[in-house]
Amino acid sequence: MIINHPLLGPRDAQEFTYLGDASLLDRPDWQVPDAAQAFHDYLYLRDNPAGDHRELWFHEQGDRSWLVVTRNTLTHEILNVELARDVAKARRAAQ
Amino acid sequence: MSQSNRLKGGLIQTDKPLNFTFDGKSFQGFQGDTLASALMANGVRLMGRSFKYHRPRGLLTSGSEEPNALMELRSGGRQEPNTRATVAELYDGLSAQSQNRWPSLERDMMAINDRFSTFLTAGFYYKTFMWPKAFWEKLYEPIIRKAAGLGSLTGEDDPDLYDKGFLHCDLLIIGAGPTGLSAALTAGRAGAQVILADEDFELGGRLLADANAFESRSGSDWISEVLGELNALPNVRIMPRTTVFGSYDHGIYGAVERNADHLATPQADKPRQTLWRIYSKRALVATGAIERPIAFENNDRPGIMLAGAVRAFANRWAATPAHSVVVFGNNGDAHATARDLMAKGVNVPAIIDVRSDAPDCAGTEVLAGAQIVETKGRLGVTSITVRLANGQHREIACGSVAMSGGWNPNLGLTCHQRGRPSWKEDIHAFVPSSDLPVGQSVAGAAAGDLSTHQALMGGATKAVEALNALGVTATMPDLPEAEDRPVAITPFWHVKGAKRAWLDYQNDVTVKDVKLAHQENFTSVEHLKRYTTLGMATDQGKTSNLGALAVMAELTGKPIPETGTTIFRPPYTPVAMGALGGRAVGKDFHPTRLTPSHTWSEEQGAVFVEVGNWLRAQWFPKAGETHWRQSVDREVLQTRNSVGICDVTTLGKIDVQGADAAQFLNNIYANAFAKLPVGKVRYGLMLREDGVAYDDGTAARFADDHYVVTTTTANAVLVYRNMEFARQCLWPDLDVQLISTTEAWAQYAVAGPNSRKLLQKIVDPEFDISNEAFPFMGCAEITVCGGLRARLFRISFSGELAYEIAVPTRYGDALMREMMKAGEEFDVVPYGTEALGVMRIEKGHAAGNELNGTTSALNLGMGRMVSKKKDCIGNVLSERDGMNTEDAYRLVGIKPVDSSATVPAGGHLMSATGPVDAAHDQGYVTSTAYSPILESSIGLGFVKNGAERMGEKLRLVNPLEGQNIMVEIVSAHFVDPDGEKLRA
Repeated sequence: MIINHPLLGPRDAQEFTYLGDASLLDRPDWQVPDAAQAFHDYLYLRDNPAGDHRELWFHEQGDRSWLVVTRNTLTHEILNVELARDVAKARRAAQ
Repeated sequence: MSQSNRLKGGLIQTDKPLNFTFDGKSFQGFQGDTLASALMANGVRLMGRSFKYHRPRGLLTSGSEEPNALMELRSGGRQEPNTRATVAELYDGLSAQSQNRWPSLERDMMAINDRFSTFLTAGFYYKTFMWPKAFWEKLYEPIIRKAAGLGSLTGEDDPDLYDKGFLHCDLLIIGAGPTGLSAALTAGRAGAQVILADEDFELGGRLLADANAFESRSGSDWISEVLGELNALPNVRIMPRTTVFGSYDHGIYGAVERNADHLATPQADKPRQTLWRIYSKRALVATGAIERPIAFENNDRPGIMLAGAVRAFANRWAATPAHSVVVFGNNGDAHATARDLMAKGVNVPAIIDVRSDAPDCAGTEVLAGAQIVETKGRLGVTSITVRLANGQHREIACGSVAMSGGWNPNLGLTCHQRGRPSWKEDIHAFVPSSDLPVGQSVAGAAAGDLSTHQALMGGATKAVEALNALGVTATMPDLPEAEDRPVAITPFWHVKGAKRAWLDYQNDVTVKDVKLAHQENFTSVEHLKRYTTLGMATDQGKTSNLGALAVMAELTGKPIPETGTTIFRPPYTPVAMGALGGRAVGKDFHPTRLTPSHTWSEEQGAVFVEVGNWLRAQWFPKAGETHWRQSVDREVLQTRNSVGICDVTTLGKIDVQGADAAQFLNNIYANAFAKLPVGKVRYGLMLREDGVAYDDGTAARFADDHYVVTTTTANAVLVYRNMEFARQCLWPDLDVQLISTTEAWAQYAVAGPNSRKLLQKIVDPEFDISNEAFPFMGCAEITVCGGLRARLFRISFSGELAYEIAVPTRYGDALMREMMKAGEEFDVVPYGTEALGVMRIEKGHAAGNELNGTTSALNLGMGRMVSKKKDCIGNVLSERDGMNTEDAYRLVGIKPVDSSATVPAGGHLMSATGPVDAAHDQGYVTSTAYSPILESSIGLGFVKNGAERMGEKLRLVNPLEGQNIMVEIVSAHFVDPDGEKLRA
C-alpha cells in the first residue's frame, strides 16, 4: 500500500506502524463521574467496519508523524490522510 | 545418444553446443534450448514420476505451467528441487536429476502405488489414518511425509546472493508476446516510463512458437525490429527472465528477476535472483493464454502433450517428442499444430477431432467425430486406440499425442485482489471481469482475444488508453498484418467411460476422483480442491482447474460459470525463499547494535549476550575462572566492596523539551513530575491505559523546560512511539517536543562505595560532586577529562552509592578506558549484565520479569505512587475492582529455608501443608539469582497479599522438574533495606 503523507507525499506502507481505530483519539475526561465505564468503552470497544475505516498509522521509519488514514478495508483504497495532531486539535477546538 | 529428435530451423544456436547431464547421463543441446527442449531433442520422453501413483511422466507443456517435468538442478548448496525443465535455461555443465523415484526413473519401486490406486482415491489419507489418534503424529505422518513430497534439499547453505530492488514506472507491461510488444512500442514512443517484463529469456511469447502469425514476415523478424527500437529508448526498461508474480494494492507488483539462473554460478558479487517491488501508475496484463488438456484413458503417458507446446518445441526449439505425432483436439488451433509439424517433416498419422464437422487438413487424415479411448506404452506412448464416429475402433501407432481442449486466458494477475472472472461463451473459457485491480488493464489472449491480430491491436489500444488516463498523448503504431482466425471450438472435457483419465497431472487427480468428491458431497470448487488436492502444488492447477470444474459442473447439472473457480492468489509461479529473504540472511537478518565499550570489552575477553539487537557484555571472565558464576560473583563482590563499571548505553533515552514538558511527563507517568526541581532525577512508572505497568525508568530535569527520560532497553522503541502518540494525539495543545537520543549518548553506571572517588578523578574540578553538593537523585550537566561535555546522574540500580555518567557516543570508548585507568587504585571491576541482574535482585528492583504485562503498580508495591490528583495514562482503569482486591499479588523476596537449596525460577508457591494445585496457588517466582553477599540463592516473586506475609514459610514447587523446597517470604530489599549506602 502507499500512504500519501500530508507532509512527505506518497510513502510505502512498510515505513509505517499500524495502531488501529482512530477513535483512540477520543480519550475520555478522567474526571467525569462514570470515568471507569467511559475508559472501558474507549479502550475495549471498537467498530470493525467492512468499508471505510479511520485508523491511526505512525510514520516510524520516517518523520514520526501520527496520521489518521481513512482506508476502505474491503478494497484498501485510501480516501484521506491527515496529520493526527491536526485532527486532535480540531476536535478539541470543536468541544 | 545423438539428438535424434532435433528438427531443422528453430531459434537455437546450433553453433553453440552445450553439454549437460540428466540422471548422470551426458547429453548435448544448444544455446537457446531449455532443459526440456534439449532432453526432447535427445529423444528423452520420461522425465519424472507422478506425485501419488508414481506413474511415468514426461512433458505436458513448454512453459511455466508445466506440472510433470519437475527436476532437481545443480548440487550441494545450489541444489534446487521441483524446477520445471521447461523454464530451466540450458547452460554448459548443467546437471539435472529426476525426483520422486527409487531406485531409478525407469524402475521406481513406489510405482506399486499405482496398483493400489483403487484404494488410494481422493480422501484416502483422511479416511484411513484416523485412529488410534496418537499414531498420527508419531507414525502415520512421518511415513506419509517421507513417501510424499517431490524434490529434496541438501540442507547446505545457499552460497549465492539474492537482492531486492524497487522500480517505478508509468506503465508496467506484463508479458512480451505480441500484445506486450505492441503495447511497449506504443507507450515507449509516447515517452512514458515503461517496464516490459517477461518470464522467458527470449521475448516474443507465442510469436516464437507459431510459424504463421504474420501474413508476410516471420515473427522473429518483427520481434527483433521492435526490440531494437525499444532498446534504443531510454524510457523503456526491458526485463527478460522476470516473472511478475503478484498484483498488490495501489498498483504495486511483485516480480522476481532470475539474473543468473542461466549460468553455472552467478558472477562474483552479483545476485542470482532479484526481488523487485514495482510501483506502477498503470499496468497492462498481457500474459497470454494457457492450453488445456483433454481427459481420456491413460492420457498421462510420456509423449502425450498439449498441442501448442508440441508446436512451440517444433518451431522455436526444433525438437519433436517423436517422429510420429497424432493430434487430438476439439478446436481449429489443434490443426495448426498438425500443419506446423508436417511442415517440419514430422509424420502426423491423423488428426482426431471430436467435432463432427471438423474441416479437412491437407497432408493428413482428419477423423471427425472421433475420440481417443485408450493409449499404450509403459514408459511412453506407443499407440492409441480411437473410437471413430461410426463406433468402430482403430489403433494408431505413434510416439506422441498433441492434444488441445482449447485455451484459457492466463488471468491470475487480474484476480489477485479477489476479482472473479466471467465466462465467455464463444471461446468456452473464463476471461477477466471488469473488477480489475486499480490501474490495471488486460489485453490480448489474456483478455480472451486469441488471434495475433487481436493481440497486436489490443495491446496498442490499451496502452493508449492507459497513457491518456495519465495525461500522456499516445498514438497507435503501424502493426503488421497478422493471423486473425476465429476461435472454432466445441467444448469437450473428457472422454466418457474412461476408467483413469487424468485432469490434474501434478496431483494425480482423475475424472473418477472428481466423481467421488461429488458423490461425497464435496461439490463446491473450494471443497473439491481440498478434498482431491486438485490445483495444488507448484503449478497451482494452471492446466487442470477448468477441466475438473467442467466435470463437476456436468455432475451437478450446473453451468460452468455457476460452478465458479477457486480464488487466484500470488505467487503466479513459485518464488524461491532466497529471493524473498534477499540480503536478510544469517547475521544480516537483523542489525547488530554495538555498545560504545564493545571494542574495549572484546579486548577484555568479555562474553556477550544478545539483548534485542544489542550485543552486551554478559560477564568478563578472568584467567583461571572456569564457571560463569565465578566471574559474576567476583564482579558483584568487587562492585559492592569497592567500585564497578557497567555499560548501560542500551537503555532508551528520550529528550523532552518545551514549556509544557512538565505537564507532559505528568500525563505519561503514573507518578507526579511537575514539582520535580531542576537538577533532580525521579524514578517513573509508566502504565498502559488499561492500568497495567509496562515500563519504568527515570526522568532527569536539567531545566524548567528540559527533561531527559530513560526507558528500559527492550521498550525503548515502544515507549518513544507511545510518547509521540500522547503528544500528537492525546495532548496536541501542549508545547513539547521529543527526540530519541539513545544512540547519541554513551552511558555508564559507576557503582560501589568508591564510585565517587573514582569519578572525582574524571570530572573536571570546577564541578563539586561531594555528597552535600550532589546528593542522591541529583543530576547535572558537567564536563569531564578537561572540557568534554557530560551528564551526571546520581542514581543506583545496584543499591550502592552509584552514578550514571553520559558523554557523546564517540567519546564512549575513551571514557571507559579513562575510568578504568582512574579506577586502578580502587581495584575497579567492569561488570556485565549478569552481575547487574544479581545486584538489582539483591536490591529488590523490578525489571522485565516483574513488569511482565500482567502486573500493576499495586502488585509492584508502588500503588501509592500512582497519583490520583492528575490525569495520566492508565490511572482511571488502574482503579478497577479486580485489580485492587485484598489478596492482590505483592512483590516480595524469597529465600530458601535451607540456604544450600536453589530457588527455581518460574516455580509456584503453595502453602506448607496444603494441596499442590492451581486452586491453591499462592504466587510465583519471577527472578532468581545466587547472592554472593548473602551466600544464598534468592528470588523475587509475587505472592497473594505478600506484604502482610513476611516471615511466612511456603512451599516452592516446580512440578515440571520435580522440585519442591521450603522458602521464606522476606522483604524484596535483601541488601541495604533502608537505603543508607546509596545516600552515603
